[in-house]
Amino acid sequence: MFEIHAGLFNYWVAIALMMVGFYIVIAQGNLVKKIVGINIFQVAVFVFYISMGKVDGGSAPILDESIKVYSNPLPHVLILTAIVVGVATTALALALVVRINRSYGTIEEREIITINHKADHDEDTRS
Amino acid sequence: MAATAVSMLWLRDLFAVVMLSGIYSLFAAVLYVVMDAVDVAFTEAAVGAGISTVLMLGTLALTKSKEKAHKKVAYGPLVLVLVTGAILIYGTLDMPRYGDVNAPVHSHVAPRYIEKSGDEVGPPNIVTSVLASYRGYDTLGETAVVFTAAIGVLAIIGRRRKNKKDEPPTAKAKGESAS
Amino acid sequence: MMHQKSVLRVVSKLLIPPILLFALYVQFHGDFGPGGGFQAGVIFAAAFILYGLIFGIATARRVIPAVATRTMLAFGLLLYAGTGVWSLLLGGEFLDYSILASTPKAGQHLGILLVEFGVGMTVAGAMTTIFYTFAAQTLGGDEPPEEEV
Repeated sequence: MFEIHAGLFNYWVAIALMMVGFYIVIAQGNLVKKIVGINIFQVAVFVFYISMGKVDGGSAPILDESIKVYSNPLPHVLILTAIVVGVATTALALALVVRINRSYGTIEEREIITINHKADHDEDTRS
Repeated sequence: MAATAVSMLWLRDLFAVVMLSGIYSLFAAVLYVVMDAVDVAFTEAAVGAGISTVLMLGTLALTKSKEKAHKKVAYGPLVLVLVTGAILIYGTLDMPRYGDVNAPVHSHVAPRYIEKSGDEVGPPNIVTSVLASYRGYDTLGETAVVFTAAIGVLAIIGRRRKNKKDEPPTAKAKGESAS
Repeated sequence: MMHQKSVLRVVSKLLIPPILLFALYVQFHGDFGPGGGFQAGVIFAAAFILYGLIFGIATARRVIPAVATRTMLAFGLLLYAGTGVWSLLLGGEFLDYSILASTPKAGQHLGILLVEFGVGMTVAGAMTTIFYTFAAQTLGGDEPPEEEV
């Protein structure tokens, strides 16, 4: 069974990493850890793309007389920009975490929800 | 690589988690080199292991570096994740094998980039010519995203002094309920 | 900040010039080997971030003020879009560099160089700006109020 599907191993690695990231995002309450989870997920997608661009016997896509087979440069371009955009959006998410911490004094999802409920409740009783 | 990812799942010390995420990025960079994507590996090593680790450490300095205790295993999400993973793996069974020359990915515009970019654009690095010339619009948009993200960070936490006066309503409500 | 860590200070002083030089090499040699605007911008920003971490944010702000990084941030994007508009004005299509110089190849080369430089500036400016913003939060009180530009 493994012999038949050996060529799919790269996808499975990407999927396994993706699922670890996914689990961290949905099951963990800490906001910084959630962002780390999103990063894991993101890198898994990158690995998936890059592994699709690989050609057997190919070389890095830099033109040279002596090289005949190149790997596909297109996924590289897409992922190259995605990495930098990814870190910029990560920075934005971290800024939001810092801001949330300043308002609520915590970065745990559950505590934030409790505080919100409490605030709603207070408003209800006052009105 | 998978080991670092899984240990990030279990560790509660966020400082260690951030460090591990840097190591995870470096592993990813090594993997990219193996798969011929030198440009991508370069970027991942500089960005993932460098800048984002520094930013996350900065965030930890501003917040808390310990995660509160939580349930060891959350079964609902675990089942969801396992089911999703199983479906995805089932989906890969039809995918082209790793390194397959005849995969659909390699049949559309990619051969043209490889064959013609030397004559049409010039630079020997195909990634550069695709990035800046063939897909210039893409890159323009992505530069704009980076720009917008920096502006967003400035807008969210850039101006500290002014926020002192008008505390958000929730924090006020919390203070009142405590007193 | 960290006045006692003389090893760090000396080593980082030795390292920062090569890092900046390497960033420029990556920027302008990106046509021939791996590299380009995105990586160069990040490496460039990394040099300033290292400086800021070792010598303190206040010193780093004197070396490269926040206004300068924000200008870089905006100017890079402007340079990129401006290259597109330039080719538009010369009668070509938006971001079609072939028209920029006498031969299409020279035009492509010039266009790619300009565009990559724009990308590098934006990325370097963005990363340094983000780092400054986060670091200003950490220091808290003893920081001069953000210049409201």
